[in-house]
Amino acid sequence: MSNIVLKVNHVKKQFNSYKSLFQRILSWFNPSIKPLKSFDAVKDITFNLHKGESIGLIGQNGAGKSTLLKLIVGTIQPTKGKIQVYGKVSAILELGIGFNPALTGYENIKQTAGLLGYSQKDIEKIIPDIEDFAEIGEFFHQEFRTYSSGMQARLAFSLATATRPEILIIDEVLAVGDAYFQHKSFNRIREFREQGSAILMVTHDRGAIQSICDKAILIENGLVIREGPPEEVFDFYNAIIADKENKNIQTKEMEDGKIQVSSGTGEAKVIEIGLYDKNENKVEFAGVGDKLTLKIKVKCNANLDKLVLGYSIKDRLGQIMFGTNTWHTQQIINEVTAGDTFVFSIKFNANFGVGSYSIQTALVDSDTHLTANYEWVDLAYIFSLVNNDKYIFNGCIWNDPEIEIQKLIT
Amino acid sequence: MGYLRAVINYRHFIYASIKGEMKGRFARSRIGALWFILHPLAMALIYALVLSEVLGAKIGGVDNKAAYSIYLMAGIAGWGLFSEIVNRGITIFIEQESALKKIMFPRICLPIIVLGHAIINQFILILAIFVIFCFYGHFPTIHWLALPLGIIIISAFGMGLGLILGILNVFSRDIAQFMAVILNLWFWLTPIVYTPDIVPDSIAPALYYNPIAPLVRIYQDIILYNTWPDTNSLLFPITLSAIFLIIGLIIFKKASAEIVDEL
Repeated sequence: MSNIVLKVNHVKKQFNSYKSLFQRILSWFNPSIKPLKSFDAVKDITFNLHKGESIGLIGQNGAGKSTLLKLIVGTIQPTKGKIQVYGKVSAILELGIGFNPALTGYENIKQTAGLLGYSQKDIEKIIPDIEDFAEIGEFFHQEFRTYSSGMQARLAFSLATATRPEILIIDEVLAVGDAYFQHKSFNRIREFREQGSAILMVTHDRGAIQSICDKAILIENGLVIREGPPEEVFDFYNAIIADKENKNIQTKEMEDGKIQVSSGTGEAKVIEIGLYDKNENKVEFAGVGDKLTLKIKVKCNANLDKLVLGYSIKDRLGQIMFGTNTWHTQQIINEVTAGDTFVFSIKFNANFGVGSYSIQTALVDSDTHLTANYEWVDLAYIFSLVNNDKYIFNGCIWNDPEIEIQKLIT
Repeated sequence: MGYLRAVINYRHFIYASIKGEMKGRFARSRIGALWFILHPLAMALIYALVLSEVLGAKIGGVDNKAAYSIYLMAGIAGWGLFSEIVNRGITIFIEQESALKKIMFPRICLPIIVLGHAIINQFILILAIFVIFCFYGHFPTIHWLALPLGIIIISAFGMGLGLILGILNVFSRDIAQFMAVILNLWFWLTPIVYTPDIVPDSIAPALYYNPIAPLVRIYQDIILYNTWPDTNSLLFPITLSAIFLIIGLIIFKKASAEIVDEL
């Protein structure tokens, strides 16, 4: 494709350590001198980023995400492979780099914009925009050290996004500043994307990836282990966190083409799941606001101290609408014997907006799935809500308002 | 040539950084920039008091009571330029770790900022010395016009050495510790607080092969003795500066890819 803005082609990055300083110096002039120890932070990564596309990079700490970003920004060089960048790259790897606390905001912008490669003429042009966007008022002309951390972030973000780049690289820095500024910065990123910027972001925030990214790439030990729709990749990532051994993760393609991820030891399993209406009919479609019952049949294959069932109802993007577990509701089942079967009936009102929903289940021993994960299933059941008897409304919840109107006599 | 173009393209950043550094170093102090002058002057004053009043050190051949103080100040100014460039050069890459890791910019700008800052400091100091000497009644002569020669050679020498050591220090932090000791010894092996003629024969060769000695001598010749610098003695330091600069640039080019890996 011709509209590729970033090509990462079989990139490898090796960090070397040498026996002594002298050995290292020799290695610059004589390639046959081998390092004492090498560490491959990035082993073999290939992907393309297209104009207007946004990709989320996810992975555990030490997986190689930050190294990959540095390789793309160009501050470190790949040991093997090639990275081609077409167009201007702006990277927000850390806010406030290069800022000098003794200088005013204005002076810092002049200095750091120079560091970022802006020419003197461009700097003069962007400064008013930065001042406007940061909204820090008269602080703009006061020393940087007097800023609150929120103000520092505002100024730094405004500078980092002062002009629209072809590629915007973001490393987990969006949760800065107050709620107002977070919205404002998210909006700016969306605007850039609408105007054709490609975005590459690293985050552990499912919401951010799902609301911004078209695609996610899961990196583990310097390799891409999964790429695809953010929802599916994130499910897979959760399964990895739950199951460090990484042996029991299964994926299954469903009728609608979505991928169901399941993981766990299998000591307890969901053997049946269904959603029932008030007449005890199993349904895949229900009306907004209907009284429904979620029935989950669980079979235990081992003796367990504790058994907790957790479930979440997610919208089509994978955002959790509601989720809880029997730990929080204080209905923990103790001393389970192998062969026991339980049916959990969960009654609730479908007070959600119109759309398609999925149910994810987890069989665990406590309030998280990180201590013992018997079974975790994403997309365990799919259902849709339609609006049968309510007036038209927008949004993801139905909250049954009562609207009163009074005419005032003037 | 690539380095030169990078420096020209980033000249505004370099200028702004030097300014920022000057402002930053003495921010929140009442007399701010005055400390640039007060530090070396205080140092000269202390040596003058201890050595001239207490130990009775004298400078032969100059008919001025303040001769020893002037000699000291000239030497300290020359040495100060050298030691600032080397000391800052050693640590600059480490100081700027996060910028080097996360922003792509020509790294050669960093040593250039160190150099620019040191040279500006030097000019401020020389100006101060100029004013003070006028009060002493020791008026500057035409020979002062040769001072830039000293500044250029000392800068080149310091820059070459600082660049080499700065890069090596990224890979082994022992370099900075080691150099702190070496520079102290080097200071005392250079005729700054004493004159070369009082040195015993046993350590005279150390002075002879000390490339900084003739460079500091330029300052002393011009400022105290009112003579032109001895160009013959400068051949050795100039050659050495050129060699250091070339080695520095070669290592910089070779190590550039690994500097950020190691930070």
